[in-house]
Amino acid sequence: MEKQNNQEYLTAVQAAFGADVLAHEEAFGMLNIEMTPSRIHDAIQWLQQHQDLSVNYLTNIAGVHYPEAVGREFAVVYQLHSWKNNLRLRIKGFLPKENLHIATITDLFAGANWMERETYDFFGIIFDGHPDLRRILNMDDMDYFPMRKEYVLEDATREDKDDRFFGRNNNEL
Amino acid sequence: MGKIEDLETINGEGYQLTNLDKAIALARANSVWPLPFATSCCGIEFMATMGSAYDLSRFGMERMSFTPRQADLLIVAGTISKKLGPVLKRVYEQMAEPKWVLSVGACACSGGIFDTYSVLQGIDRIIPVDVYVPGCPPRPEQIIEGVMNIHELVKKESNRRRYSEEYKHLLGTYQIEIDQHGEAK
Repeated sequence: MEKQNNQEYLTAVQAAFGADVLAHEEAFGMLNIEMTPSRIHDAIQWLQQHQDLSVNYLTNIAGVHYPEAVGREFAVVYQLHSWKNNLRLRIKGFLPKENLHIATITDLFAGANWMERETYDFFGIIFDGHPDLRRILNMDDMDYFPMRKEYVLEDATREDKDDRFFGRNNNEL
Repeated sequence: MGKIEDLETINGEGYQLTNLDKAIALARANSVWPLPFATSCCGIEFMATMGSAYDLSRFGMERMSFTPRQADLLIVAGTISKKLGPVLKRVYEQMAEPKWVLSVGACACSGGIFDTYSVLQGIDRIIPVDVYVPGCPPRPEQIIEGVMNIHELVKKESNRRRYSEEYKHLLGTYQIEIDQHGEAK
């Protein structure tokens, strides 16, 4: 059997999910598909179970914060890999900051457990149905999501750091 | 009058007299058992310090203690994240008196380049520190210099430091309570 390429993946996903495929592009040879967030779980399940596409490996789940994009401030990015076709693809879902809920895929990939906890930890994205959604890397009593861009990167308790030596302007903080 | 290292003695026919406190302090200083709490590149420098080229065992320190119960000197070498902070404090509390702390490298001393939300900006925010070694990372010579300064402290400090009001007050500022034996509760 011929190995599948990006175009064939895209055509297959578009045929199966139609209007839920909101956008697509090829970035550095890697297929990116933006989908309706509520359909991402089903799409990944379908890709995983598909005989030919055979997306059998979840590389990573990440969050992105775009504070300027009104109504789609947070992205959840799934990096998937098909060993059979030696092909990687990304599936993205954009969420408004008022409703940061997306379905967990821990039922499809056990490895998603910690990745979703990490995404929750840093961005506050809530994965509905996750068995144990709590912080994983940051200290438990942290009261904010540090990778959101409304929070400064620097530690608030620092006393002896001179911003000039960190390439920063004092006025910007 | 004679001398053993820095120790004044009175020598006579078949006997040698000295101050017991000072003799104990000298013995302590030359048999400090370190607990290396190494988390990153400073830990690698500390390994070199322990190794044959720099040879920390020249100072009675060849016995690295990986249990806080049998350690005298806590050597914190590396970045301590805020999440690790309570662990470090627990290790410090588990050490038996007398105990000293050597903070190795910029990260342990002040957070170093990691001016960020997840990193503790200096271990002296959670435990008292006796000697700071600057550098990123410090060379083994600098770590040895820090250890020498610890030795000086051990020789000069009162053997009963733990019973002093200053010491209780110092630990109190770190919310560490001590019992009548000076040990953390």
